[in-house]
Amino acid sequence: MNFVMPDFMPALPEMFLLGMVCFILLLDLFLSERSRVVTYLLAQSTLLGALLLTVSLYEEGRALTFSDTFVHDPMGSVLKVFIYLATFLVFLYAKDYLRARNMFKGEFYVLGLFGVLGMNVLVSAHSLLTIYLGLELLSLSMYAMVALQRDSVQASEAAMKYFVLGAMASAMLLYGMSMLYGITGSLDLGQINTSTAAMDNNSMLLAFALVFIVIGVAFKLGAVPFHMWLPDVYHGAPTAVTLYLSSAPKLAAFAMMMRLLVDGLGGLQEQWEGMLILLTVLSLAAGNIIAIAQTNLKRMLAYSAISHVGFLLLGVLSGTQAGYAAAMFYAIVYVIMGLGGFGMIVLMSRAGFEADSIEDFKGLNERSPWFALMMLILMFSMAGVPPFLGFWSKLAVIQAALGADLVWLVAVAVVFSVIGAFYYLRVVKVMYFDKADVGAPTVSAGFDLRVVLSANSLAVLGLGLFPGSLLALCVAALA
Amino acid sequence: MFADLPLLSLVIWTPIIGGLLVLAAGSRNALEAKVLALLVALATFLLSLPLYSGFDTATAAMQFTEFRPWIATWSINYHLGVDGISMPLILLTTFITVLVVIAGWEVIQNKPAQYMAAFLIMAGLMNGVFAALDAMLFYVFWEAMLIPMFIVIGVWGGPRRIYATMKFFLYTFLGSVFMLVALIWMYLQSGSFAILDLHAMPIGLTAQILIFLAFLLAFAVKVPMWPVHTWLPDAHVEAPTGGSVVLAAIMLKLGAYGFLRFSLPITPDASQQLDWLMIALSLIAVVYIGFVALVQQDMKKLIAYSSISHMGFVTLGMFIAWRIAANTGSMQGAGMGIEGAMVQMISHGFISGAMFLCVGVLYDRLHSREIADYGGVAHTMPRFAGFMVLFAMANAGLPGTSGFVGEFMVILASFKANFWFAFLAATTLILGAAYTLWMVRRVVYGEVASDKVAALKDLNGREFLILGVLALVVLLFGLWPAPLLDVMRPTVEHLVQHMAVSKL
Repeated sequence: MNFVMPDFMPALPEMFLLGMVCFILLLDLFLSERSRVVTYLLAQSTLLGALLLTVSLYEEGRALTFSDTFVHDPMGSVLKVFIYLATFLVFLYAKDYLRARNMFKGEFYVLGLFGVLGMNVLVSAHSLLTIYLGLELLSLSMYAMVALQRDSVQASEAAMKYFVLGAMASAMLLYGMSMLYGITGSLDLGQINTSTAAMDNNSMLLAFALVFIVIGVAFKLGAVPFHMWLPDVYHGAPTAVTLYLSSAPKLAAFAMMMRLLVDGLGGLQEQWEGMLILLTVLSLAAGNIIAIAQTNLKRMLAYSAISHVGFLLLGVLSGTQAGYAAAMFYAIVYVIMGLGGFGMIVLMSRAGFEADSIEDFKGLNERSPWFALMMLILMFSMAGVPPFLGFWSKLAVIQAALGADLVWLVAVAVVFSVIGAFYYLRVVKVMYFDKADVGAPTVSAGFDLRVVLSANSLAVLGLGLFPGSLLALCVAALA
Repeated sequence: MFADLPLLSLVIWTPIIGGLLVLAAGSRNALEAKVLALLVALATFLLSLPLYSGFDTATAAMQFTEFRPWIATWSINYHLGVDGISMPLILLTTFITVLVVIAGWEVIQNKPAQYMAAFLIMAGLMNGVFAALDAMLFYVFWEAMLIPMFIVIGVWGGPRRIYATMKFFLYTFLGSVFMLVALIWMYLQSGSFAILDLHAMPIGLTAQILIFLAFLLAFAVKVPMWPVHTWLPDAHVEAPTGGSVVLAAIMLKLGAYGFLRFSLPITPDASQQLDWLMIALSLIAVVYIGFVALVQQDMKKLIAYSSISHMGFVTLGMFIAWRIAANTGSMQGAGMGIEGAMVQMISHGFISGAMFLCVGVLYDRLHSREIADYGGVAHTMPRFAGFMVLFAMANAGLPGTSGFVGEFMVILASFKANFWFAFLAATTLILGAAYTLWMVRRVVYGEVASDKVAALKDLNGREFLILGVLALVVLLFGLWPAPLLDVMRPTVEHLVQHMAVSKL
């Protein structure tokens, strides 16, 4: 058997990440508490370095390497770029928050970067094994991050819940993968696609494999009825970690769905379309309706995330290139908005005060009109009101679903988006129409956080006025 | 001189950018912000005047067009242009905005800069709705407009403002999302979001009916037509004076404009099939809502219901065309109904705005909108009483005021269609006179009701200026509507011809 040297070039960003994370892990041991900021700066430069590498490889075109288990393609590159950017913002937003709570430790950054590595592997996976590898690397990092605040009962409970349910979902996924392997005799997604497409659609075993795989994907996305962990984990985790959970991993989960269902089981689109329709309707309904009853902003945004997943699925289930591009656009837009939303909670919080209740935003227009305006932009964008970015992403997926002749599903989706508008409006109401409680403090966050968070919100407006380039990028990535 | 400027873009973006500047200035100095807001509003109004003076009344084609690619992936373009239907509405918007800024000058004490900025941004967005020739651009302006209005009612409104503003937003949002679905569906069929392409696109009858109903939901809520009108009295009553003025004078026109720009030309066959529904709903609005207005205790609510009833005339005038054609054998007479509807829209903009300003004048002094709290205002505020009576007469459709012209044209057109339509529509002459004049009698005339009324001060210079200008306009269009009719005639004729051709 000949050993062929694999082509390392397509995986250059991942190798750079791995090297840097190990280096940071070691270095951090020798840093004093005061110079911990070095860890932070190194983590950020690692992300920027990986970003540069990924961008420079973008033009390379599709390439398989490591015995066809790893794929480099435009969709992967675009998603990776946004994963780096989102994580960069998470680290930046979280810095003061962690410091104020005595959590400004190297572990946060190392785990965060390992998570990014996991996401990258997941995004570039071209074999069932690589998918599982990336998924577990990401999940284990996230379980540990949720538990980072060791003396918090809430966080520990959330971590436990997340771990147990996450392990179960992984098991489901693995079970489905094993059946798929049994049917096709291959782990390679390309080969699985060719053999399943040629197979009799009524195969019972194939149906079972598909069901288990869809369950695994739905769990990672947080689609109803596999969403139970999501509000508890978002709520229980420290806000800095929630920020992380709610952003880049959504892109990775989208990529996992694309790799498994489209690259691997594209021939069965008619079969999984029905399952995704069910998940979509349930996610839209449960997410939007339960969010109305929330008084905690983190929980509300968690349910809002569930409803956004419903919209994202709307794009995927249409089964066209335009639909996948729309879903990818939706995922990226959601991450930008979600970062802003959770970033606002971080901005408002101080040591000993989490500011995660909707009531804490009371009268924000009196105290800080600028950030009230920023939050207003984010809320209306999430509700899908033009001219903000969220509108265009909804337009994209609705268009894709209409293109697939799913008029009734679109009608359901738009009605639920109106119901959903209510709870976003309530946040605006609290900020603008209610009087502030006596003694409510003004925003006192650091300069970098204020500037970048403002830029984040303004990007939602700016990209909403000129969505053309971001949209074209997504379409080109899937062409 | 003005021909080279992108006038429509200027009319849209001057107030929006100006509004943002006002917002920035307001954090330092309230007076500075107010002066800036007035300057921006005046500049916008002046910029909109060349739209009238440079308008070519000989053609029905779009004028002052601007075209720039915007979102290439979905072939959405930044495409602007006006015809005889939209140009007068843009002028109405810029004119009313100036008045609203002046009207809020001293009255708004809480965050005046944000108040002014919201109105300026709203004005820009509404101009955008009227000028957009791309369906998606239209939709963006159409929805974005809700945000400043939501804030205006919620922050500066009355005691039940939060309920009212939530209801307003969700009602109108629910109406518009189905329009969005219809627009996307048509885009997928035709590959274009350009409104003029959609006008030319052939559509089957079933699809037309569904599209018509989707549009109906969006526009009927905005107009508002019975039975989806219930948000309006709440929003009107709770909104600050400026908000009520903009709602009544401009926002209600957006729905009617939508019928003219989308429903009639895009789905003519469905409009013809369903014109019985539209006529029935319009007549119910005219008659039933007229009776509802009669029993109101609250002045703002009364004017709100009177607005709904008047807008019933507008929709009646638009959808009566086919009945006229069926009755007279030609589409010739149909134009009169649509022209009447247009005149009614513009005139209602002035009159209802003036009525709300009158109520605002009283409310600022006594902080009550209840009719029962007033009486004998004429004794203490003679100048105000003069204006109030004039506008009330105009609201009731007295000949010589602009209110008469539109109503008369629509009633005349209804006669050509069916005697009973005209008969029912004409009851408004009695009902309208009844509810408006009865309110005037109770508020303005009679004995001085209380010490508070006895202590009222007459109009100050600012209020006199606003009401005076409006009174002039109401009389001008009442005595000499030709400038308005000349502008819209070619466009309306073109529309009628277009409607007569089946798209099946």
